[in-house]
Amino acid sequence: MTKTLLSLSGISKQFDGKTVLDELSLTIDDGEFITLLGPSGCGKTTLLRMMAGFEHPDEGTVTLSGVDITQTPPEHRPLNTVFQNYALFPHMSVFDNVAYGLKMEKRPKAEIAERVEEALAMVQLEDFARRKPHQLSGGQQQRVAIARAVVKRPKMLLLDEPLSALDYKLRRTMQVELKRLQRELGITFVFVTHDQEEALSMSDRIVVLKDGHIQQLGTPREVYERPANVFTARFVGQTNFFPGRVTNIEGERISVDVFGLNRDLNKPSFRVAMKQSLHVLLRPEDIRVLAPDDTEGVAGKIVERNYKGSTLDSMIELEDGSHVMASEFFDEDDPTFDYSIGERVRVSWVDGWEWLLAEEGDEPLTDEEELAADDAEH
Amino acid sequence: MMRSIKQQPFRAAVLVLVWGWLLFLVLAPNMLVVGASVMTRNPSTFISLPLNLDAYRQLFNPLYLDVFLHSLYMAALTTLICLLIGYPFAWALSRVEKRRQMLLIFLLIVPFWTNSLVRTYALKLILATNGLLNSALMSLGVIDEPAQLLYTEGAVIVGLVYLLLPFMILPLYSVFEDLRQDVLLASHDLGAGRLATFKNVVVPLTLPGVLAGVMLVLLPAMGLFFVPDILGGSRNLLVGNVIKNQFLDARNWPFGAAASIVLTLTMALLMFAHRLSKRRLGEEGA
Amino acid sequence: MRWLSRSYLTLVYLLLYVPIVVLVVFSFNDSRTGYSWGGLSLRWYDSLFNNHAMVQAMWNSLWLALTAATVSTIIGALTALALHRYRFRGKRVLNGMLFVVMMSPEIVLAISLLGLFLLLGLKLGYVSLLLAHVTFCLPFVVITVMARLSGFDERLPEAARDLGASDFTMTRTVLIPVIMPALMAGWLLGFTLSMDDVVVSTFVSGPSYEILPLRIYSMVRVGLKPEVNALGTLLLVFSLVMLMLSQWILSRSKQ
Repeated sequence: MTKTLLSLSGISKQFDGKTVLDELSLTIDDGEFITLLGPSGCGKTTLLRMMAGFEHPDEGTVTLSGVDITQTPPEHRPLNTVFQNYALFPHMSVFDNVAYGLKMEKRPKAEIAERVEEALAMVQLEDFARRKPHQLSGGQQQRVAIARAVVKRPKMLLLDEPLSALDYKLRRTMQVELKRLQRELGITFVFVTHDQEEALSMSDRIVVLKDGHIQQLGTPREVYERPANVFTARFVGQTNFFPGRVTNIEGERISVDVFGLNRDLNKPSFRVAMKQSLHVLLRPEDIRVLAPDDTEGVAGKIVERNYKGSTLDSMIELEDGSHVMASEFFDEDDPTFDYSIGERVRVSWVDGWEWLLAEEGDEPLTDEEELAADDAEH
Repeated sequence: MMRSIKQQPFRAAVLVLVWGWLLFLVLAPNMLVVGASVMTRNPSTFISLPLNLDAYRQLFNPLYLDVFLHSLYMAALTTLICLLIGYPFAWALSRVEKRRQMLLIFLLIVPFWTNSLVRTYALKLILATNGLLNSALMSLGVIDEPAQLLYTEGAVIVGLVYLLLPFMILPLYSVFEDLRQDVLLASHDLGAGRLATFKNVVVPLTLPGVLAGVMLVLLPAMGLFFVPDILGGSRNLLVGNVIKNQFLDARNWPFGAAASIVLTLTMALLMFAHRLSKRRLGEEGA
Repeated sequence: MRWLSRSYLTLVYLLLYVPIVVLVVFSFNDSRTGYSWGGLSLRWYDSLFNNHAMVQAMWNSLWLALTAATVSTIIGALTALALHRYRFRGKRVLNGMLFVVMMSPEIVLAISLLGLFLLLGLKLGYVSLLLAHVTFCLPFVVITVMARLSGFDERLPEAARDLGASDFTMTRTVLIPVIMPALMAGWLLGFTLSMDDVVVSTFVSGPSYEILPLRIYSMVRVGLKPEVNALGTLLLVFSLVMLMLSQWILSRSKQ
């Protein structure tokens, strides 16, 4: 049985006349791992800072367990934050950093010592209590920052891009570590990131944000497989957008013309009309690349191939000039399988793996989003 | 994005204190000097009405004009000597390996922290008629009789160079530090010889440092009145001596104030040039 | 080339330091004339400390430097904090004013303050000296503290408050400890600047409060006084200790 821990309703915030959050509402359940995902400037950090109390909304309310905390200063909120660059106090030892919050609560010395040790043990840093932050590696500093925040047993832990300063391998390790901590502590985690891969692998639910609006709220699977709109589809993972046209509607099935192929598909949840244009979305891993003499699919030629270790990613140019991304796993029977540039192939997919989206006046991706999406892939 | 958590009462108190101090002890006194410069000399109240420009006219009195021009000449010569010594010095210093550089920089900062009066006096020990330099020269047989070194224009310039050289070197050093080796290599790579590289790359890139150094040397070289007092005798006066005499001895405040405004204007001019040179390099103005 | 630049550096350093060495050596010279060597002696130090007026001036100077450095550090630190933390109208003007104070010839500051003090009817003495010294030390303290704050992580105050500290507690437990090295370095610089100042003090001091630099000034204007060698040596050593202390504090805090 889930119950609401924190709820934001009708939150608006402007900085220097620029709207950062626009009448945003969101409820966070007790014990969940929720991720705020979006490109830089989408308002995710502002939203997190509002929960922490560093920013106050121009309009709207923040309630925690039913209590209005909209104007409560950060020091009086039972929430703690793990900051992007850790924000460890450079003049204090690891022990004093972790003990800081408990000292503020004026806990007895013995209790502080015990709880700090416990927290350090939890992040496997018992032996580093006497060190100063600058004597630790990035990953260790990160753990101290986490220990410092959780030692206060907050109702909720706010994490502001906590892994962005770590290298790729360490980031993967810390992702696992954070998930383990969250399970063990049973605390609600609110995690901010622009890395969609991170969001998909860690979260119970993902909030996709753009321009201060929630684009989609759902489980990682929902967000990835059934994106609510073009932005989410483009931001989370890579996607082929094929132009489709409705040629027939019959009960729960519709027929769509894609590259001259007629496919029978399930009717989407939005209203469709005859001859309507729509997007047919296919993830690269759902594309099937077939031999040129195959009877199925559309003809094209390989224009780019990238060896990715476990997959072979290729770009196929169709005869009408449009491009298709494909990502194929190496299979055991043919480990040397490869394409040569210019090789002729046919492109198809398994019926039912596509996702349909209505056209939205079809705004092209802005440069910034493009960059953010690129970022998120690496 | 606003990151600070505002604490209004504290903020207000700090701002009032800081502004109060600066307005009361910097702005108001300077306005007073401007005011005094256009008033009339008065033996008992220092200044009185009516307003006039007599003080500025007096600056062009041949008697004072000579002193000013002589002071300007000495200051300019001091600055030029400092630049000629300091420029290659700063360049060489920036090439020394890092560890030793720290010590050398420390040795340059020392003068900034030590009493300039005492150091001027130390020069006097060396330059005096029967001082070290004369004794040394005589024992080497270069001269037969002690030369008059003290109380000359040369002594004043030596004193000013000695006191102010580090102030020329430090800003120059910092621009040479920023001068990246690869820029010079790029210039050579593109076919420029040593001289062409120096003229087209090194000089423009170090110009802000030169101007900062000139600012830090030229202004004190006009104001440090105790240098001529100790080394120069009565004929080699600086603008600073004139101002001091007008305020403390002759009691001609309007004239002293006018003379100090000349100094301030010189400073403003130099600061403007410095800003301009930095902006040309695309850096934020100081 | 390398050889040339090395010898050039050495030569200039030699010229900078020869007079200082001469002064120090001569302070131990027994000869009265001060030009020739008459054997090792501490007589000038002795006569220095037996000169009551001189010792009084020394104490006056120390007290003045102590108070001026302290006041300018407090105001300077607050100014730096305000410039760093707050956005307010006239911030650039404030910055500019500090810069102008630092760059402007001391003598200009000196006469303007003299004018102000006489206009207000303030008796020239300790108070006028203090106000003047704090004013010229201020920009240096601000710059020192600002340099430290510019490397200061904006998230630290937030982290403290997030962990339950009030703004006041945060300032006490995080902000001040972090900028402490800069405060100490600024204080030492202010102290030394105040101890060494001649130009401004010449204008704003009165007979009621004689300070060391002015006493030295009146001694060295005519002829050579061996006591000045001893006094100068003491001041040099003192300044050197202050500078080394400040460098040590700053380098230690950089780790």
